[in-house]
Amino acid sequence: MNFELTKEQTMIKKMVRDFAQEVIQPRAIEIDKEAKFPVDIFEQMGELGLLGIPFSEKYGGSGGDTISYALAVEEIGRVCGSTGLSYAAAVSLGASPIYYFGTEAQKEEFLMPLAEGKALGSFGLTEPNAGSDASGTKTTAVEDGDDYIINGEKCFITNASFAKTIIATAVTGKNDKGKNIISAIIVPTDTKGVKITSNYDKMGVRGSDTAEIVLDHVRVPKKNLLGDPQKGFNQFLYTLDGGRISIGALGLGIAQASLDKALAYAKERTQFGKPISSFQAIQFKLADMSMEVELARNMVHKAAWLKDNNKPFSKEAAYGKLYATETAFRSANQAIQIHGGYGYMREYEVERYLRDAKLLEIGEGTSEIQRMVIARQLGC
Amino acid sequence: MNIYVLLKKTFDTEEKIAVSGGVIEDDGAEFIINPYDEYAVEEAINQRDAHGGEVTVVTVGDEDSEKQLRTALAMGADKAVLINTEDDLEDGDQFTTAKVLEAFFADKEADLILAGNVAIDEASGQVGPRLASSLGISYVTTVTSLKIDGETVNIEKDVEGDVEIIETSLPLLVTCQQGLNDPRYPSLPGIMKAKKKPLEELEIDDLDLDEDDVEAKTRTTDIFLPPEKEAGRVLEGDVQDQVKELISLLKNEAKVL
Repeated sequence: MNFELTKEQTMIKKMVRDFAQEVIQPRAIEIDKEAKFPVDIFEQMGELGLLGIPFSEKYGGSGGDTISYALAVEEIGRVCGSTGLSYAAAVSLGASPIYYFGTEAQKEEFLMPLAEGKALGSFGLTEPNAGSDASGTKTTAVEDGDDYIINGEKCFITNASFAKTIIATAVTGKNDKGKNIISAIIVPTDTKGVKITSNYDKMGVRGSDTAEIVLDHVRVPKKNLLGDPQKGFNQFLYTLDGGRISIGALGLGIAQASLDKALAYAKERTQFGKPISSFQAIQFKLADMSMEVELARNMVHKAAWLKDNNKPFSKEAAYGKLYATETAFRSANQAIQIHGGYGYMREYEVERYLRDAKLLEIGEGTSEIQRMVIARQLGC
Repeated sequence: MNIYVLLKKTFDTEEKIAVSGGVIEDDGAEFIINPYDEYAVEEAINQRDAHGGEVTVVTVGDEDSEKQLRTALAMGADKAVLINTEDDLEDGDQFTTAKVLEAFFADKEADLILAGNVAIDEASGQVGPRLASSLGISYVTTVTSLKIDGETVNIEKDVEGDVEIIETSLPLLVTCQQGLNDPRYPSLPGIMKAKKKPLEELEIDDLDLDEDDVEAKTRTTDIFLPPEKEAGRVLEGDVQDQVKELISLLKNEAKVL
């Protein structure tokens, strides 16, 4: 067994940390306050090759592994949850499905610009009436000659306003048992009939774009169908499993940031003539936070390692996502408590961590869905 | 153009540094490329891109220095050389390092050698000038601009906040000052490519040097942290009296007047 990162992984972590500290951190408060998606930061991340970490060089990627990608998400999430979420969604949801299930032609046309960081992609699964129950998808894609005509509505779609392509899920027919077949179709956002609006006023991850999509008689060629027309649903499950590792990594970043801020503050803040870090009430909080952060890291990295080694990782990805995101919420909450009144102020950043962390317990499968996934793996 | 960069691995001084028994504790310390050497790496890459040639990064260090060399390769350097003195030398100083480098450069034809202005750990700023002197080439320290046109080199040099403009020629050694450029982040493809770039490891034996040839000229007798900053004192009372008290304190206590 070896818990050590490789040289490349260490270098990637260091590079992303430096970039996050120097370029993103100074703007983190503004990104949250103005709820403005930092397009220029994504351009720089694209140039550094961050948007293509887990994809092979053949498709414009960097040829890194899932662990490296998780390290990058953690380091970005550590300074800015909004940027971290948009990053994780762009790679895991916008680009990964094409990498894993796309045809050669689809990869060249749609994946390359995403992996090279020249464009962003989105994944349109959630609908007003299909959230945790993705099988309740109402959007339809009807064959018409060489095309599909897509009609429906998607909501809470990350990055959609800035996306070049959306992978939209839609009902394409019924199987032998009369159940809906749900497939994924690549929809370029400049196609006629695609309307994207971003009017949400969110609690957290405010600088990450979230949009509604209306698909009104959107005509796309049949060759844009992604992967197996019958097994579309299983593909989303694989995509979501992978996405969970990155959301776990994002939670880990927020949890680590909460611990860092709380520890620094506790050593500095004096009450009753002593730094508050000398009081057991505070020490116990910090000890718990530190332990949970490390446990979350081990789980997220293990899930990433399993994926890199082509082993089943569904259960571990769910463990990682569930534990790391709940750790993020608890750590952020304790960080505010340790900061007292100051922690309630935007300037001290820990209140933002809590607002950002809350989303992670909901997006890409709620905590409850993670528990269902785990229970299913247990044979329940 | 044959471009060489002298690179040193240093403590990350942004992290906490612990000293015990007159030695800096290695455990838990973070190591980085000396920040001034990062300017040198960046400049070397830019000069190569403008004039062609090859960038070789050289360090005198230990096994762990490979990490910093790989980072320089990931930034865009072509080759790296690690002169590992870990097993052969107890303590070295600037003389040692310059002597080792002199032996390394004996059979090289370097057009341009770049180094950091100082290393942030010991801040002597000696290795570059010592090396240039023993190789018999010109050197300019603390450069903030470097323009090469054929054999002619135009340099802007920082002199305590003022700028000195110098014209010289290749071959040349310069030490790099803040303001020269903005070092790039190693890109992801760069990091992945760095794995495959050549990194040669040498020991002083390979340079036909004996331990005695490079024995340090200085001895470090103690290392200690600066005293902790004490809380300031706020004078009270009438402004007139405060001024008088301040003057007297500056004279008698601080002895700066």
